[in-house]
Amino acid sequence: MNTEINGIIATYLLTVIIAFPLGKYLAKVFAGEKVWTDFLCPLESIIYKLSGINPKQQMNWKQHMKALLTINSVWLIYGFFVLIYQDKLPLNPDGNPGMTPDLSFNTIISFVVNCNLQHYSGETGVSYLTQHFVLMFLQFTSAATGIASAVVLFKAFREKSTTQLGNFWELFLKSITRLLLPLSLIVALILAFNGTPASYESKDQFVSMEGDTVDVSRGPAAQFVAIKHLGTNGGGFFGANSSHPLENPNYLTNMVEAISQMIIPMAMIIAFGYFIRKKKLAYTIYAVMTLGMFMLLVPSIIGETAGNPAIAALGVDQNHGAMEGKEVRFGAVATAYWSTITTIVSTGSVNGMHDSTMPLTGLWQLLGMMINSFFGGCGVGILNYFIYLIIAVFISGLMVGRTPEFLGHKVEAREVKIAALVTLLSPFLIMAGTALASFVLVSYPNADWAVKPANWLNNPGFHGFSEMLYEVTSANANNGSGFEGLGDNNIFWNVVTGVILFLGRFLPIIGPVAIAGLLGQKKYIPESAGTLKVDTITFSIMTLAVILVLNALSYFPALALGPIAEYFTLIK
Amino acid sequence: MRTQSNKLFEPVLVTAALKQSFIKLDPRLMIKNPVMFTVEIGTLIMAFVSAYSINHKDQGSVSYNLIIFLILFVTLLFANFAEAIAEARGKAQAESLRKTREETPAKVISANGMIETCSSNSLKKDDVFVCEAGDIIPTDGEIIEGIATIDESAITGESAPVIRESGGDKSSVTGGTKVLSDKIKVRVTTQAGESFLDKMIALVEGASRQKTPNEIALTILLASFTIIFIIVCVTLKPFADYANTPITIAALISLFVCLIPTTIGGLLSAIGIAGMDRALRANVITKSGKAVETAGDVDTLLLDKTGTITIGNRKATNFYPAEGIAKDHFIRCSLLASISDETPEGKSIVDLAKTEIPSIASGIITNVTIAEFVSFTAETRSSGVNLKDGTQLRKGAFDSIKNIAVKAGHNFPADTEKTVQAISSNGGTPLVVTENGKVLGVIELQDIIKPGISERFERLRKMGVKTVMVTGDNPLTAKYIAEKAGVDDFIAEAKPEDKMNYIRQEQSNGKLVAMMGDGTNDAPALAQADVGVAMNSGTQAAKEAGNMVDLDNDPTKLIEIVEIGKQLLITRGTLTTFSIANDVAKYFAIVPALFIASIPALQGLNIMRLHSPESAILSAVIFNAIIIPILIPLALKGVAYKPIGASSLLRRNLLIYGLGGVIAPFIGIKFIDLLVGIFF
Repeated sequence: MNTEINGIIATYLLTVIIAFPLGKYLAKVFAGEKVWTDFLCPLESIIYKLSGINPKQQMNWKQHMKALLTINSVWLIYGFFVLIYQDKLPLNPDGNPGMTPDLSFNTIISFVVNCNLQHYSGETGVSYLTQHFVLMFLQFTSAATGIASAVVLFKAFREKSTTQLGNFWELFLKSITRLLLPLSLIVALILAFNGTPASYESKDQFVSMEGDTVDVSRGPAAQFVAIKHLGTNGGGFFGANSSHPLENPNYLTNMVEAISQMIIPMAMIIAFGYFIRKKKLAYTIYAVMTLGMFMLLVPSIIGETAGNPAIAALGVDQNHGAMEGKEVRFGAVATAYWSTITTIVSTGSVNGMHDSTMPLTGLWQLLGMMINSFFGGCGVGILNYFIYLIIAVFISGLMVGRTPEFLGHKVEAREVKIAALVTLLSPFLIMAGTALASFVLVSYPNADWAVKPANWLNNPGFHGFSEMLYEVTSANANNGSGFEGLGDNNIFWNVVTGVILFLGRFLPIIGPVAIAGLLGQKKYIPESAGTLKVDTITFSIMTLAVILVLNALSYFPALALGPIAEYFTLIK
Repeated sequence: MRTQSNKLFEPVLVTAALKQSFIKLDPRLMIKNPVMFTVEIGTLIMAFVSAYSINHKDQGSVSYNLIIFLILFVTLLFANFAEAIAEARGKAQAESLRKTREETPAKVISANGMIETCSSNSLKKDDVFVCEAGDIIPTDGEIIEGIATIDESAITGESAPVIRESGGDKSSVTGGTKVLSDKIKVRVTTQAGESFLDKMIALVEGASRQKTPNEIALTILLASFTIIFIIVCVTLKPFADYANTPITIAALISLFVCLIPTTIGGLLSAIGIAGMDRALRANVITKSGKAVETAGDVDTLLLDKTGTITIGNRKATNFYPAEGIAKDHFIRCSLLASISDETPEGKSIVDLAKTEIPSIASGIITNVTIAEFVSFTAETRSSGVNLKDGTQLRKGAFDSIKNIAVKAGHNFPADTEKTVQAISSNGGTPLVVTENGKVLGVIELQDIIKPGISERFERLRKMGVKTVMVTGDNPLTAKYIAEKAGVDDFIAEAKPEDKMNYIRQEQSNGKLVAMMGDGTNDAPALAQADVGVAMNSGTQAAKEAGNMVDLDNDPTKLIEIVEIGKQLLITRGTLTTFSIANDVAKYFAIVPALFIASIPALQGLNIMRLHSPESAILSAVIFNAIIIPILIPLALKGVAYKPIGASSLLRRNLLIYGLGGVIAPFIGIKFIDLLVGIFF
């Protein structure tokens, strides 16, 4: 067990060691300072010329959001049709069929919004062409969209008062050329040398020791798996995601994948500090996020290593923890670690089955996604955190007797309105989505869909409820992991989660960017002794309290009926 | 005014407020407060459910539903009462001011020049009336002719009469005050019903009360919390259906009402009104609720030196004879030179001389040998006397006396010149005395800084407010007093436009500026400042320009106003925190109660070990209701402001109202459950 613990400590430390300098580097890249990757400038100039973009043209927050929505719509339409007609297009050696419109709708939204909820299986549901030129392409662009949006927010607070928030296309392109592409190259090479396939050959065959002939899917997986983690996308090349031996062959690749999904979200916080020249603020945010992460991680590890009391009652040895649904090459601790980070940073890849984790571990996974800002997804993590920050600033500003202000800008009704709307959105989508599913399941169990509602759930009772809650939460958080055990490829789940994915992505990007844009253009108020400082321990505790209380209040009844009821039933 | 009771719940006011609590149930009024409006809807639904349960069994017993209905109804009344009592207190305060001016006879000069007596209520703007000694001034106005001493104690509580005269800064009179001597002609400056007091009463009454920007922002946040809890409660129905657990409407509504921030929702408007009321109790009339709120944000405070930082005028503090001059002789001459000088400075020299040479001073004063008094002119910049024996005694500023000395063929002594410089650099004013052109010595005049004022500035500094002293003194003197009094900055040799420029400059740096002024030439600066407090004794123009009027004419009042503003915001913030923090315990009471029948395992969540599902729900709703009246005194008085720095203040309030807000309901609900558990 000690070795297992040491394994994740090493993984975590390596993540931190890489994230800090990476953050500093990112701040320089986006501030336009000299960095060693400037040799890519000519390449970028060519892209600007070809696309007719003037990267020097400054945009305000509205123009940024217009550009973001426009380009994302283009991808949505492009991907939707390619997925439907993939059977008629080249690079389909296994002859996989085209997607149904509802599945394509769900899949394309899911990848455009950086969620990668997969209602198909990689081996049979997509072709190499769509894997590569639709899904993997979107894994780059969706991550870059998030990063660029976060940088727009950074720009609003760099100067005392400004409407000049940079150029969206420049931020977007640089996110790819200076960050995602180079890092993906490194990670893909490591994976390829450890056994992850990187070819366009069709299925391979081998004869097992029992004498069965087994088809083995392969394809351009190494590069796909690299960006799936770096961009906190999480969509597996194969159905079993990173628990598949070809996606994640050994403990080393497991570490590399775990590290690569955390480094950009972490680095973005550090970059924020360097970029706005307020490192202490970034460190306090980083500290809150780390504390939040450990609050979910530690009980997960304890729960998973303690094993399942129901199995213990059978007299089965559980020295290695609760191993149901876990890979022996990773073990309970590394799987618990992964399950935590993949839910807090919105990656959503899995190296074990979350459906099989202990009830409370499921609770921590759900909470990680509901909060969605303990580091959070590429760029969007800090945007989500910003909303909590604004609410904390507002309430604590009042508590010290001043009109609330953030970094010298007054937080007034308009900003609070936007923050309130975004805060509302997650409980609305998650609770309403789960309620709708529960309603359909109870009232129309025999609806004539690809999977009848009565057959949706692998498990009855509380666990079944958790499966539905998890699916909707994952969609809203743009996380993409599944509790599995849910028959989700049918028109109900495809459409419902598709809509939730879409709303859960763009409103929480537009909201914080709008607030930042509005605040940034307000008059700067210099600090005085009466000003509430946002980079103190007290304020950090306040923010953490706001995050925990808001989420607890929003989801307590739902969680009580799912994992909490299951837990109490299990220990009784 | 001063006799106004400070008791929170005057029986008369409580009766009026109770009546108002029912009137305010009108949904058209209720909808202004979205949080309490949803409670009203919930109450209505419970009324139907109670009626329904008479003939049906599936929604629980009639008595249980009826009790829930009643508790919700009482919750509404409590919230309305909070607002009503705050209004009643504010109104009573304002009425007691207004009473002084009602139905006073006015001697109006009619178009043909005749004087007619009519009621003060019929006065219109620009009417002209006359007041003689003994008359009560019928309404606010401006003196256009004459001078009079006026007793303003009815308004300010200050018994010393004040002088008011036409033209200049002291031309304004207030309705309700009494003319003690002379006769004045006054032009009415306000329409009946439009005076500051009338405006203030209207603000308090709610008819023209507008939510301040900060109140709007908070209402939005509270509304969004309310919507979240609507979502939580509505979705609970399908969740419960999935779990095969029937939930009664009473339980759902109870959960909803407990979760939404009713505590702050019920008290929010009371807090705002109480803020204005506290200002009024400090004898400050505010023209809007926003002004009080803004006062809490003020970064820079402009204060006049005289009267605010220093006591009135300078006083003589020392006699420094020149070398070779006997000290007694010097003091004697100084005394003679000042006996006929009626200025405060002159009087203080006489006073000081009396204490320095008590034995001979009285002799000099009684046996006056003065032939002629030479008063101060801007040209000579000196004053003095010519004695009967022809001796010319003069006292004055250094350079003017130096001229006299040089003309008379005397040298200006080097040691005296040194003393003069030393006095100046210490913030004092040197007065040099000559006898027939010969320099005798120098008298030191000093500003006396008000006792306790530097502590107040220290307090302001801790609040993050920068204080600026405005004075006509030269920069050297100003700097010295500024340092001694502990102000952060000063404007020396200030002209009216300097004030204006300083305010503009601070504002362009994003700061909020407050100032106090009285003269017409202060009006532009008062209008420019974010918080402009006009003195009641000031001109009408000044009063119109500012957004507050201080009835006491007390320049240090600004400091109190800033604290009232801060208190207002703090009270809102802490009660919001408290309200939200309470929900944690309410969840632990109600959620297990909802499901325990069909999911016994959830008994694990019943950490308070409440008696039964019914008693748990009732206890939570009762706690939710009674916490409102318990907090009314806090809402009315305001949470105390302590200038201990923003972070410490946040930590303190977070501990008391955040952590306290989590813990208190656990204890409260458990306690109520012990009582309710006997019946359910």
